[in-house]
Amino acid sequence: MTKYLIKGNEAIAEAAIRAGLEAYFGYPITPQTEVLEHMAKRMPELGRAFVQAESEVAAINMVYGAACAGKRVMTSSSSPGISLMQEGLSYIAATEVPCVIVDVMRGGPGLGNIAPSQADYFQMVKMAGHGDFRPIVLAPATVQEAIDLTTLAFDLADKYRTIATLLLDGNLGQMMEPAELPPMQPVRTTPPDWAVGGAVGRKKRTLTSIHLQPEEEEAFNRKLQDKLATIVQNEVRHKEYMLEGAELFVVGFGTSGRVAQTAVKLARQQGIPVGLLRPISLFPFPEERLSALADEARGFLVIEMNAGQMLDDVKIAVGGQCPVEFYGRMGGMVPLPDEVLAAIAKLDQATARVRQPLAARP
Amino acid sequence: MTTQPGEQLVYQRPEAMSEVYTHYCPGCTHGIAHRLVAEVIDELGIREKTVGVAPVGCSVFAYNYFECDFVVAAHGRAPAMATGLKRVLPDRVVFTYQGDGDLASIGLAEIMHAALRGENITVIFINNAIYGMTGGQMAPTTLPGMKTTSSPNGRDVESSGFPIRMSELLAQMDGATYVARRSLHNPTEVRKAKKAIKQAFENQIHGFGFSMVELLSSCPTNWDVTPAEALKFIETQMLPVYPLGDYKSIKS
Ligand SMILES: Cc1ncc(C[n+]2csc(CCOP(=O)(O)OP(=O)(O)O)c2C)c(N)n1
Ligand code: SF4
Repeated sequence: MTKYLIKGNEAIAEAAIRAGLEAYFGYPITPQTEVLEHMAKRMPELGRAFVQAESEVAAINMVYGAACAGKRVMTSSSSPGISLMQEGLSYIAATEVPCVIVDVMRGGPGLGNIAPSQADYFQMVKMAGHGDFRPIVLAPATVQEAIDLTTLAFDLADKYRTIATLLLDGNLGQMMEPAELPPMQPVRTTPPDWAVGGAVGRKKRTLTSIHLQPEEEEAFNRKLQDKLATIVQNEVRHKEYMLEGAELFVVGFGTSGRVAQTAVKLARQQGIPVGLLRPISLFPFPEERLSALADEARGFLVIEMNAGQMLDDVKIAVGGQCPVEFYGRMGGMVPLPDEVLAAIAKLDQATARVRQPLAARP
Repeated sequence: MTTQPGEQLVYQRPEAMSEVYTHYCPGCTHGIAHRLVAEVIDELGIREKTVGVAPVGCSVFAYNYFECDFVVAAHGRAPAMATGLKRVLPDRVVFTYQGDGDLASIGLAEIMHAALRGENITVIFINNAIYGMTGGQMAPTTLPGMKTTSSPNGRDVESSGFPIRMSELLAQMDGATYVARRSLHNPTEVRKAKKAIKQAFENQIHGFGFSMVELLSSCPTNWDVTPAEALKFIETQMLPVYPLGDYKSIKS
């Protein structure tokens, strides 16, 4: 297959088109604007819908409309824009219509800057809008993975009638790497059986997020939670690296996971028994696997480009079985392998006598 | 309904209208507006290809009253949602039904830009000069001096600004092709309102672009008057601020 030297943002956009995307609605914001620009050119060429909306609020509600018609639809934005989209995300989740959201995170809070960040883990993973819901959140670490996860996001969104998001930082959005693109899939010709689009020879359909009776709303919430439980059961994804004989475990997603991988390799060269787990799905989180690793671990080190957000989830998984340390950079700064290596060495020393592997315990 | 020999059917429930009671207050003209839209849908034979977008406001349950597909938007976002629907279903008829808080306050950006883009949708805009659903607060359309629960001493234009005239405003947008204001306060005006609604839907069917019909509507409950007084209020108080007429009508 042909390899292209392609930018993360453009790769995601083209992968979405090839996944049968029928409509894109967006608003410019760095560092994701190339997604919008790619769509502006390609979608009309293919006779598909593209609108540059007046705001992220409008964009997400256009997505909501097209999603109700059962079309493959997406938008992309970056941190401040996602804040504006949260209203729509909540309505979309409550209506159980599928769509794909790409969040290329930048430094914050506030206007912050346009440098890469992971400070919106909480925003997307924990609280993508008001009410009890969680979108599926996928975190690529390479351009190739961004392409593959884009395709997956559309399939998962359709399968579960849910929001599937790609959560990456500006680094990956802007970076060029050689990668393969999937072949063009045809757009879906028959709409799903829940979509609106004209009551021809059938009863009218309504798609809404309102359940005025608390009993009904609770029943709906239970149904939603059941669906999320199924997703937790079936859709956990992560990558492991150098876990063989590891007593220390580094956990990082996206770019920090990638930097951590280099650091783990360097640490191994120094004889430190360390491995890496890189969560790919942030919701659902690879909790079980981490929990199992914690049984025999001396310690964990979480690397993030924020003040420690995924850290909470790692701590929940580890359940107090061993120390969980954190090393992070903020405000658009990316950790370097040397810094992570130093944090690994520190954890190694600090836990040297704290805990022996299970096998060696009396 | 079946007619007996010698009988002539002169009035019945439109096919596009569901056979249910509405939740609207007695004397509220939301019901009349619904009926007019349903009659137009019947007359144009578009029930099976129509998708409605309900707002947040008293008409949030509009989907219960129409026999066509419906979605319910977030507060003010109906024109954006309708845009999403229409762009992927260009051969379907998409209309929004919105109150004045919804359309002229929180959703002002969405309606303006839908009009600017010439989005080929139809907007039914209910101007009752008040926030009905939340219990009678001041709307952007509230008349100067008018008492509401959030302007208890009457709307003071010094601190709360002036009423917004949406038809005049949207007529300025190049993408809008049919913009009209009508009233529901007496049978003559109701008939005129229906004609305008029909033209607005035809406008979309012909692919002309954005159309809106603003309907001056009553809210006896929150105006705290009888239904009859409410109709009088439209005639004597609202008409001077909101003159009726076609603000734009481009047929091409
Ligand atoms: C984001 C948001 N803000 C506020 C509300 C509360 N709310 C519900 S209906 C409404 C006003 C509706 O008034 P209008 O659009 O004039 O319609 P009417 O009820 O008069 O028909 C408001 C403020 C909401 N549902 N969502
Ligand atoms: S509150 Fe006003 S607008 Fe709402 S249904 Fe009652 S009369 Fe109609």
